[in-house]
Amino acid sequence: MISVRNVAKTFTLHNQGGAVIPVMEGADLEVAPGECVALTGSSGAGKSTLMRMIYGNYLAASGSIIVGDVDVATAEPREILKLRRETLGYVSQFLRVVPRVATLNVVAEPMLAVGMERSAAVSRARELLTRLRIPETLWELSPTTFSGGEQQRVNIARGFAHVFPAMLLDEPTASLDAANRATVLDLIDEAKARGAAIIGIFHDEEARARVADREIDVSRFTPRAA
Amino acid sequence: MTEDRPGIGTDAYNFAYLDEQTKRMIRRAILKGVAIPGYQVPFASREMPMPYGWGTGGVQVTAACLTPADRLKVIDQGADDTTNAVSIRKFFERTAGVETTEHTTEATVIQTRHRIPETPMTDDQILVYQVPIPEPLRFLEPRETETRKMHGLEEYGLMHVKLYEDIARHGEIATAYAYPVKVEGRYVMDPSPIPKFDNPRLESPALQLFGAGREQRIYAVPPYSKVMSLDFEDHPFNPSKADHPCALCGAENTYLDEVIMDDAGGRMFVCSDTDYCATRQAEGHRGAQSAPFTEAAE
Amino acid sequence: MSTPATPLLQVRDIRKTYGARIGCTDVNFDLYPGEVIGIVGESGSGKSTLLNCLAGHLAPDEGEILFDTRADGLKDTLKMSEPERRMLGRTDWAFVHQNARDGLRMGVSAGGNVGERLMAVGARHYGNIREQAIDWLDRVEIAEDRVDDRPGAFSGGMQQRLQIARNLVTGPRLVFMDEPTGGLDVSVQARLLDLLRGLVREMGLSAIIVTHDLAVVRLLADRLMVMKSGHVVEAGLTDQVLDDPQHGYTQLLVSSVLQV
Repeated sequence: MISVRNVAKTFTLHNQGGAVIPVMEGADLEVAPGECVALTGSSGAGKSTLMRMIYGNYLAASGSIIVGDVDVATAEPREILKLRRETLGYVSQFLRVVPRVATLNVVAEPMLAVGMERSAAVSRARELLTRLRIPETLWELSPTTFSGGEQQRVNIARGFAHVFPAMLLDEPTASLDAANRATVLDLIDEAKARGAAIIGIFHDEEARARVADREIDVSRFTPRAA
Repeated sequence: MTEDRPGIGTDAYNFAYLDEQTKRMIRRAILKGVAIPGYQVPFASREMPMPYGWGTGGVQVTAACLTPADRLKVIDQGADDTTNAVSIRKFFERTAGVETTEHTTEATVIQTRHRIPETPMTDDQILVYQVPIPEPLRFLEPRETETRKMHGLEEYGLMHVKLYEDIARHGEIATAYAYPVKVEGRYVMDPSPIPKFDNPRLESPALQLFGAGREQRIYAVPPYSKVMSLDFEDHPFNPSKADHPCALCGAENTYLDEVIMDDAGGRMFVCSDTDYCATRQAEGHRGAQSAPFTEAAE
Repeated sequence: MSTPATPLLQVRDIRKTYGARIGCTDVNFDLYPGEVIGIVGESGSGKSTLLNCLAGHLAPDEGEILFDTRADGLKDTLKMSEPERRMLGRTDWAFVHQNARDGLRMGVSAGGNVGERLMAVGARHYGNIREQAIDWLDRVEIAEDRVDDRPGAFSGGMQQRLQIARNLVTGPRLVFMDEPTGGLDVSVQARLLDLLRGLVREMGLSAIIVTHDLAVVRLLADRLMVMKSGHVVEAGLTDQVLDDPQHGYTQLLVSSVLQV
């Protein structure tokens, strides 16, 4: 489902004498449907960089990144947008705030974007918010005013709302209490069970051990002669 | 002044004041206006021996139309005896030596300010309007370049914005004079500040010419042209009329002037068309306050 | 939302010069239905020149602008007759000016301002026009009881929202926006952006937004073009261009902003 082949990444700092900093080369990674692969490596090894390249947020310098039938490394912006809408989900720790939109609609939006019936989308949103223990009294409010933990859970509900065939999880369980952490791990298990290919970064070793089928240490993609 | 010396008009001035080349230029503009009903034709307006706003445009059109055989009538707000009407009539008596009349039926050319005569016009008459601002779109779109383009491309939505504003503000189309019309289904035209009561009579057997001196425009409504007053489906055009008969001749269907009689609120309503009213009275029609004069009951 | 195969707008080799000075040159891009493209760059970079060329306010020296018209399919708007282009300008296209005063009739009530485009395309039923105007005022969060007030009595943010209502009432497919949030308070900007975002998504509009504010494009634009000295120096997915800028100028632009 996700296939990363011989990917390299460099940053060129034009405003610092054109310095070219290679940060990754020869990255290879395959994730099959129903599989969860955890990225490991010390801080700064390039876990997030790789994840961002797969999402199309960073531009790969070379190589190919196939998600479904799209090569993210060379795709047109609109192909990537379509991929993000339909195929590739991304759950980060941080909610990108959409001011003045009710929580229920924040969660329902990804489903509406792929053409789901409004009533079905809303009922799924309710179900997720309930599972993640967001009090119903907050559903009609914008999450901008919520606590950090509540915002994170809203974000997870939103990330898992549409049944993406491929998902990127960036620290989904960080700073959650035990009950909510367990719910998130259940959600990941369910996603795997329905065949989603998942790449995750988990600092929480216990969580990683429970959901990840394999681990890949990204420090082996660090360029040697930097 | 020595205006009574016979012959001074025709000796000192060309017939009807303007020189022949100027009249040719004006006639060309008139012909173009007739060919494109409602279209404002620019013309090189001349300085006339009267101030702008006193009918310089109408006078030039009249001068270009007059022949020695014509009989001229001049009205101002329907009346033959107001300053403006009297002075223009005298002007042509002196400079053209044409006959003048106060009777609509006897006139061949009628110059008018703010009214269409009540007596139906005929196909051997010309009605010349004095026009202050010929551009109906002017109040909402100050750029001449833009209004010309709008006419050219028939973009007349803005005219309805004006009527919309009327209804929004007053509950009805409150525009009571200079009510915009569409001529022959094409050009939107300002019929000059005639009351909207007169709008239905813009469809006429007579040739109607409009002259704006300061703005240097001439336009025309040829005989029997279709003239539609703009409106909304749910607010149709209504040529409203004061709810009174004429106090002098008793006419029920004419445009009336309100005349204040005293400083205690006394008033009367009389036909604004003096010739029409006088003719009716001569025929024996009587209104509520015909002589002998009685205090207005109010 | 599926991704239709035909672009709504195809821009080819647009070039506009002012004498020897380049306004913009070699501009090429496709805009698909439902897509929002942002054009960023500093003052004088040619972004407004480009927008005005695209919207038909300026005639470019070279190039083609192909628009997928409802009636006749792809047509080069630069070769259209003026009536045709103006008709497009009040039906399928809309233009939101930076200064609301440039886009509104200040002497006409809010309702009249919104209704004008309807009347321009032939609406002749006062009740319906007014109803639609009120509906649109509501959608841009202007209370119904302001419908007969003139724009002069509105705050800057309200004027801008009124301008947007006036433009969108005929259901255009392509909206040009020139610094739509320029000159507004930050809090008013946020509200306006959120409103625009909602309307763009809800109506499936395509939009071209010129701004120097990177936060605006981050929130509204799917794609970004970065202009400098009349040239497009970088283009791509909005978050990619902002988070991983490739061109030196874009890096400078992004790093000059405190937080986007």
